[in-house]
Amino acid sequence: MENVSNIVLNVTGVEKTFGGLQALSNINLQIEEGKTHAIIGPNGAGKSTLLNVCVGRLAPDSGTVMLGDETLTGKMPYEINQLGVARVFQTPEIFPELTLMENVLIPALAKRDGQFKFNPFKSLLGDKKIHDEAMSVLEDLGLQDQAQRNAASMSRGDKRRVELAMCLVQSPKLLLLDEPTAGMSRHDTNQTIEILQQIKKRGMTKVIIEHDMHVVFSLADHVSVLAQGAIIAEGTPEEIRGNPKVQEAYLGGAHL
Amino acid sequence: MNNKTTQKDLFLMLAFAAVIFAMPIWLEPIGASYPDLMQKFAIFGIFAIGFNILFGLTGYLSFGHAAFLGIGSYTAVWSFKLLTMNVIPGLIFGTLLAGVFALAIGFICLRRSGIYFSILTLAFAQMSYNLAYSVLTPITNGETALQLTLQDPRILDDAPLSGAGLPSTELFGVSMSGLPGFYFCAVVLIIAFYVSLKIFRSPFGLKLAAIKSNQNRMGYTGFNTRPYLLAAFVISGMYAGLAGTLMAVTDPLAGAERMQWTASGEVVLMTILGGLGTLIGPMIGAGLIKYFENIFSAFNENVLHEIFSFLPEILENLMVFIINPFVGKGWHLTLGALFMVIVIFLPGGIMEGLSRIAKWVRKDRSKPTGDDMGTAKSKPSPGEG
Repeated sequence: MENVSNIVLNVTGVEKTFGGLQALSNINLQIEEGKTHAIIGPNGAGKSTLLNVCVGRLAPDSGTVMLGDETLTGKMPYEINQLGVARVFQTPEIFPELTLMENVLIPALAKRDGQFKFNPFKSLLGDKKIHDEAMSVLEDLGLQDQAQRNAASMSRGDKRRVELAMCLVQSPKLLLLDEPTAGMSRHDTNQTIEILQQIKKRGMTKVIIEHDMHVVFSLADHVSVLAQGAIIAEGTPEEIRGNPKVQEAYLGGAHL
Repeated sequence: MNNKTTQKDLFLMLAFAAVIFAMPIWLEPIGASYPDLMQKFAIFGIFAIGFNILFGLTGYLSFGHAAFLGIGSYTAVWSFKLLTMNVIPGLIFGTLLAGVFALAIGFICLRRSGIYFSILTLAFAQMSYNLAYSVLTPITNGETALQLTLQDPRILDDAPLSGAGLPSTELFGVSMSGLPGFYFCAVVLIIAFYVSLKIFRSPFGLKLAAIKSNQNRMGYTGFNTRPYLLAAFVISGMYAGLAGTLMAVTDPLAGAERMQWTASGEVVLMTILGGLGTLIGPMIGAGLIKYFENIFSAFNENVLHEIFSFLPEILENLMVFIINPFVGKGWHLTLGALFMVIVIFLPGGIMEGLSRIAKWVRKDRSKPTGDDMGTAKSKPSPGEG
C-alpha cells in the first residue's frame, strides 16, 4: 500500500454468505498496476464467488470493490465492463452462432459505442477501422485464418482463445481470468501461458484463478491463497510454495 | 470482400424489387395475380419482415404483434374519417401510434424473457382485442367494425358532391383499390425490406443477433441489452402498424378480429415457415401461407368431387372423404401439417431448404467429398407450435 495510485483493484472487507454458508469472510486484496495476481485454493474456497463479486454478478453482503477511484459494488455487469473490467469465464462464454470475427467485433463495438447506441442505418462492413482492430487481436492469438468460421465449430481450447480475444480487444484496465487453462491439453496450456506472458509485457493488470500450479508459477507475480472463504496466505510464488500452511490447506500436505 | 458483400446486397435489393413489381406477371400461371391477393402478399410480407427483426434477430417471441396491426388499421381509418382520404397521413399516424404503443407494451414485457415474455405479450394483445371489441366501442365501433360514413368531416378534403357515394382511399388522385393499390403496397414493401436489410447489416443488427446468441455474455461485454431489445420491439411494432394501415388503405375498414391472437400466431408461422432470422424467408413464408389459404379455402365438396370424377365412384367418394376436412374452412389443418413437416425436417424453414439445394447442386458440380451438412444458422426455439 506504499503508493495508492498504483492500485488498480482494491477489495476491502468483502463478506458474502449463501444461506448459512460463509462463502467469503473479510476479504482484502490490493492489486497493483501491471501485475498478475493469482488466486489459488481448493474447490469451494470461494474463488469464483470473489470474481463474481468483482464483476457485479453477485452483490457482497458488506465491503467494497474499487477500480481505481470508481466503486464497483452495486453496479451492473455492463457498467463494470464499461469502466474497464473484462472477464474470461470458466466455461467459454462466446457467441456460438456468430463467426469469430463477429465475436470479436461485438466487444470492440462495446468499447467504442458504450452501453447503448442506436445506429441501424450504419454499415458495419463499411467500418474498416473496427475490423482492423478485431483482426489484429485475432492475429495476436493466431486465429486470423479462422476469422470467418462459426464459433460453435471450434474446439474448447480455441473457444477459450476466442473469449480471450474478446476481452483483449477492449484493452481493459483489469482482466479477470477464471481458470483459463481448465480442460486444455498440455500443448494448448503452454500456448495460453505464452499468450498471457505477452499480454503481461504490455502492462495489462490481471487476476487469474487457476488450479494448474505450472500456470500459476509461470505467470503470477503475487499469489493469494483462499481456503474456506478466507485468505490464509499471500506472497510471491516462491513464498507460497514454501508455506507449510498452504500445503496443509490446499494440497493436503503434498509437495508442490 | 467488403465490396463483394455490398454488391451482393445491391443485387439482392434489385432482384427483390423486380420480383415484387413483376408479381402480376409471374403469379398469373398459378392463378394468384389478382390485386386483392397480391396486396395481401405485400402487406403480410411487411408484417413478417418486421416481426423477424424482433423474433429472428433477438430470439424474443412475441405473441402479441396483431395488437399493433389493429392499432395501425384503426388509426388509418380515423385519419380517413377525420382528415383526408389521402393515404399518406394515415400511413404516418398509424405507424407512429403503433410505435408508441409498442414502446409502452415492450417496456413492460421486456422485464422478462423466454416464455414469460411471450405470455406477457399475449396477455397485452388479448387486452387490446377486448378493449377494441367492447370497452372502447366509441373509438373502435365494437363488433360492427370501424367504417367510413358519409357524415365524416374529412376536413382536408373538398366537400363531396351531393349524392356521391363513399369516397375511396387515394394517393394524390389515384384510387388505392385494385392494381394501383397493389403497386402502392409493393413500393412500401420494398422500402420496408430495404430498411430491414440495412438493420441486418448494421452494428445494431449484429448486437441484436448477439443477444439471441448469448445474452449473458452481452452483459459482461458492456452492453445494456434492455434498450436494444426495446428498440427492436418498437421497430417491429411499427412494421406491424404499417402493415395495419395498408390493410385499411386497401379496404377502409378496421375490425377487432384483426387483433386476435390467431393473427399474432399467423405471423409467427410465416416467419418460421420461411426461415427465421433470414432476410427474405419471412416474405416467402407470408406469401406461401396467404397463397395456400387462398387456394385451399376456396375448395369445397363439390369442387373435390369434380377433381376426382375420373376415379370410380367409390374411390372418388373415399378421396373426397379424406381430403375434405383439409380444405375449405378446415384449411388450417393443412397449414398445421405443413408447419409440422417444415419444423421437423427443415428447422431453418424454406430458406434452409433452398440453401441445402444450392449446396447440393454446387457439390454435384465440383467433386463429391465428405459429408458437409450445413448447420442452420438459426434454429427456432421449441415451443411456438
